[in-house]
Amino acid sequence: MASTDIANRASRLPASGWLESLLTGLGIRGRTLVIAIPFVWLLLFFFLPFLIVIWVSTSFVVIAQPPYTHIQDGTFTLNIGESFGRLVSDALYIKAYLNSLQVAALSTILCLIIGYPLAYGMARCSQSTRNILLMLVILPFWTSFLIRVYAWIGLLKNNGLINEILLSLNIIDSPLNMMNTNFAVYLGIVYSYLPFMILPLYANLEKMDLALIEAATDLGCKPLKAFFLITVPLSFPGIVAGSMLVFIPAVGEYVIPELLGGPSSLMIGRVLVNEFFSNRDWPTASAVAVAILLALVVPLMIYQKYQDKELEKES
Amino acid sequence: MAAVEKTTKQPQNKHVSASWTDPKAEPYIRIENVTKKFGEFVAVNNVSLNIYRGELFSLLGGSGCGKTTLLRMLAGFESPSAGKIFIDGVDMAGIPPYDRPTNMMFQSYALFPHMTVEQNVSFGLKQDKYPESEVKQRVAQMLDMVQLTPFSKRKPHQLSGGQRQRVALARSLVKQPKLLLLDEPLGALDKKLREATQFELMNIQDRLGITFIVVTHDQEEAMTLSTRIGVMNAGQIVQIGTPQEIYEYPQNKMIADFIGSVNLFEGQIVEDEQDHVLIRSDEGGDIYIDHGISSAPGARVWVAIRPEKIHLTKQDLTEPNNCVKGVVKGIAYMGNLSIYLVQLDSGKQIKVTMPNQMRASEMMIDWDDRVSVTWHPNSPVALLS
Repeated sequence: MASTDIANRASRLPASGWLESLLTGLGIRGRTLVIAIPFVWLLLFFFLPFLIVIWVSTSFVVIAQPPYTHIQDGTFTLNIGESFGRLVSDALYIKAYLNSLQVAALSTILCLIIGYPLAYGMARCSQSTRNILLMLVILPFWTSFLIRVYAWIGLLKNNGLINEILLSLNIIDSPLNMMNTNFAVYLGIVYSYLPFMILPLYANLEKMDLALIEAATDLGCKPLKAFFLITVPLSFPGIVAGSMLVFIPAVGEYVIPELLGGPSSLMIGRVLVNEFFSNRDWPTASAVAVAILLALVVPLMIYQKYQDKELEKES
Repeated sequence: MAAVEKTTKQPQNKHVSASWTDPKAEPYIRIENVTKKFGEFVAVNNVSLNIYRGELFSLLGGSGCGKTTLLRMLAGFESPSAGKIFIDGVDMAGIPPYDRPTNMMFQSYALFPHMTVEQNVSFGLKQDKYPESEVKQRVAQMLDMVQLTPFSKRKPHQLSGGQRQRVALARSLVKQPKLLLLDEPLGALDKKLREATQFELMNIQDRLGITFIVVTHDQEEAMTLSTRIGVMNAGQIVQIGTPQEIYEYPQNKMIADFIGSVNLFEGQIVEDEQDHVLIRSDEGGDIYIDHGISSAPGARVWVAIRPEKIHLTKQDLTEPNNCVKGVVKGIAYMGNLSIYLVQLDSGKQIKVTMPNQMRASEMMIDWDDRVSVTWHPNSPVALLS
């Protein structure tokens, strides 16, 4: 209904300019054009490449340029079984997947545990303090992601800042081995993605009606209980949004495990890069990419559905 | 009882005896010299107030007069900067909202959006760990009373404004608090629904015997609902009285003007006797009032006369007092009554309302008619400030 309103209003605007007359001549309405631009962009630079990846995943490995082909014994063949079959049959891929999901899930939970109190505190501050705190959350984005991860190496390595401080204070006798461990990977991911958890949570908690908490306490509910009965359930959309923003990129994370993780931190992003560049096995690498995408589409769809429901509720 | 009626004017809610006139009655809520400051701003300034069991007391005033702050101090959301609040004899200092025998109906209703109507209403009972069966029964009873049983499984966003308001009411009543606080309870409703709910509120209050304190800026709402009204201005209570007292005997110009509409004449006292006063109006003509005020002759006073207590006639009357002449400059026909704007010979405009007792007739007063304006000596009120 709202869209027809807008359309009606748009049609009432005075016609002006050559662009509009051109579009009208071509039978294209302004609204179509506005939608078409991002649509075409996504089609060209996301959907088409994805189709190419699927296409590559059904090919054979050859030592050539490019290193894949669909021609086998002189005939055109779609080789679906080999690349995707390998994902299932080779324990390496399954292990890497499960490991990625585990790292992403645990990092998401850690981000939530750290981010929720921060977002809650920010939302309850005075307007001026709020803006300063919000700036501080966004500030890290002004430095390149890569540089920030590199900086952690300087902090975590055996002769790094943390170890040196602890040694000089005589808290430890020998340096702690933090680099190239799972700990470093979790630390890197939680550090990098924390703002993505805080911002949607903050946006949600900030608009919450404080009268609801007052109403709960007025009805005999103690403040801590009111938090779990009222604030947490009402911030659920924020929790879902923040968790998705952390979980989805964390699953495919490559840079952090590569730089901070050890050989044991096998994540699917690293496997993908290895297949492409070390093994030059493009069909398998493409199959891995397709599988990651499918694994992530499901949580994304859940998120989308949830958001639609929220929007419906608000209207 | 009959004697009391004569002197105090009968409260509208006839089941509540006028305990505030009984010197031996123990007040149920005692507010003693309460002040609330927010930084430099004094929201509530040294307010003392006694409210009795079963009353429906209204705090009436414009926005920013401190009425909501006073209510929030009773609920425990704010603590007084100075002074004490007693509910049923218990000092409320330091008692958090969740331990107070009060419940509040919020202006925004503050319904929990993620809970159904039933869950909203049962929330308070569940906090007090009532057995499941009793919770069910009391919630069902309450929903029945506010006629929301068919909607018990709905969420607040699926309800109309009036239904939400009734959920909020049910939620605040279900615990049968000693004191129910209502913050602009009817503010968001349209006129028809307001009127219906006003009577519903009075009914409920009457049936459950709970003491109500209502905060409102709507004088009509306060009039219909209340046993007594406390008029607030700038953090202070300026007058306390039954609706009739406030309307008929306002203490000053501000109250007279705030409650209903009023015509104000400035004048000088000529005679001030035990049984009457005579005031020479600046607009010309004398105003005779059939009760004395304690003031000296020569003092400046304001005389307030309600529009409905003034009579217009096309006859040329020549009374010595309580009679002025003017020309009708405007008529607003309201159906049941008409509002006349009359320009007096002195140039002052006054407002007169008269019931339309007959259909259009010869006698009807029309635009630009010359009229005599009269009133009964009992009608005017002399105000010193």
